[in-house]
Amino acid sequence: MRRYAPRFVALAYLLIILVGPLAMVFRRAFDNGAAHIWTTLSNGDTVHAFEITVLIAAIGVPLNTVFGIVCALVVVRKRFPLKGLVNAFVDLPLALSPVVVGLALFLLYGRDGWFGGWLNAHGIQMLFALPSMVLATVFVSVPFVAREVVPTLREIGDEQEQAARTLGASGWQTFWRITLPSIRWAVIYGVVLTTARCLGEYGAVAIVSGRISGQTETATLRVEDAYSSFDTSGAYAISLVLAAMAVVVLIAMTFLKPKEAAAA
Amino acid sequence: MIWESRRHGADTFWSAVTDPEAVAALELTLGAAALVTLVNAVLGTVTAFVLVRDGFRGKSIVNAVIDLPFALPTIVAGLTLLALYGPQSPVGVNLTGSTDTWTLRLAICLALLFVTLPFVVRTVQPVLHELDTEMEEAARSLGAGEPAVFRRIVLPTILPGVLSGVALSFARAVGEIGAIVLISGNLPFKTEMASVFVFTKIEAGDKTSASAVAVVLLAISFVTLLGIGGIRRLATRHERA
Repeated sequence: MRRYAPRFVALAYLLIILVGPLAMVFRRAFDNGAAHIWTTLSNGDTVHAFEITVLIAAIGVPLNTVFGIVCALVVVRKRFPLKGLVNAFVDLPLALSPVVVGLALFLLYGRDGWFGGWLNAHGIQMLFALPSMVLATVFVSVPFVAREVVPTLREIGDEQEQAARTLGASGWQTFWRITLPSIRWAVIYGVVLTTARCLGEYGAVAIVSGRISGQTETATLRVEDAYSSFDTSGAYAISLVLAAMAVVVLIAMTFLKPKEAAAA
Repeated sequence: MIWESRRHGADTFWSAVTDPEAVAALELTLGAAALVTLVNAVLGTVTAFVLVRDGFRGKSIVNAVIDLPFALPTIVAGLTLLALYGPQSPVGVNLTGSTDTWTLRLAICLALLFVTLPFVVRTVQPVLHELDTEMEEAARSLGAGEPAVFRRIVLPTILPGVLSGVALSFARAVGEIGAIVLISGNLPFKTEMASVFVFTKIEAGDKTSASAVAVVLLAISFVTLLGIGGIRRLATRHERA
């Protein structure tokens, strides 16, 4: 009996905290029938919200992938003063409230902010428009690729890279032929995590977007909007799609997980 | 942002931070985060232990499900908890529809538990996996009971992992907004969390209050990061020794 106690505790805990709630979304979404789900999802503003979400992810993910790889390479392979600081800054968005990120951007690009005045004078609107939403999303999802790639880079060492270089390969060639193939899976895993975060970001985007239906509303904001305007089943319908995306991400994560973790 | 909070002088900043509503929000946030982190530390470690040491059918699925809060948008997480523990709850508990402050606070903690669940599990799991069972067996054969084995052998090894998981989940719990915004009711002085406080103040155009509390949140994040860095350094020194 004692042997099974931890197992029971762990599984019961997961059931209450994780699985129960997820199952409920699916049940609630179908409360008013499948037709209602379709009505909600084919609503113009909802479709637009999903388009915005996907667009932001499409911009944010490649940006963060490149940045993450460069960051990881710099942190692992180079020695320079203040390296610890760079390391800490990459991790900052993990520990920082998205609301704080949103507020920082809000103040920076607001009408009387540091950049806001100048941009306004030149007719560029950052706040309550796509650029600031992309910026907020990029900021909160910065760490994922770098965090996955750093340990892998450390593990593989740089012997092969040095060998390639002595054989006359240029920096680019070494990167494409040696480094990238060996960190490939870590990069992909990081990309999956980044995508999940980009699709699901709420706090930071809620502040900078202005939440204008049909214009600057992302899918997650749409959920909140629907819920607070008493369209509960609409909120569940959109959540259903987001949850389905999450499940896809989860499956991808399971298959791509770095070996040591997968074996555990 | 720091600049904005200081723009009207240190006095204004101080009065904004010490504003009773802001203090109440920060206290609630820190309290809830601490409680949630404690639960995570214990149950997260147990979960990691089960996932590494125990064998049962469907374990790989359970292992995959742990990452769910990373994959699921937090607003959806909030909504799901509302469905489960809200007015139309199938399990018969109506936490979020309650007018009782403590019941609502319980709902907040549940939401925070959901979003922070993976951190401790995922930081402890690899360490446990690498931990050799030989040492534990040796201890056992020398007559140590299970509690002693855990306390003397397992715990010291996994402690850095547990602590860095704890730090991450604390930081996340302090800053969380998506999962909270729908369920907490956001009653000032009672169930208003710091992040929601900042959000509400921005919407109301009160940048000074918002920035003041945000600076406090920023400071907490920095301290947490420094803590994680310290733990990491401690752990590697331990390895080298």
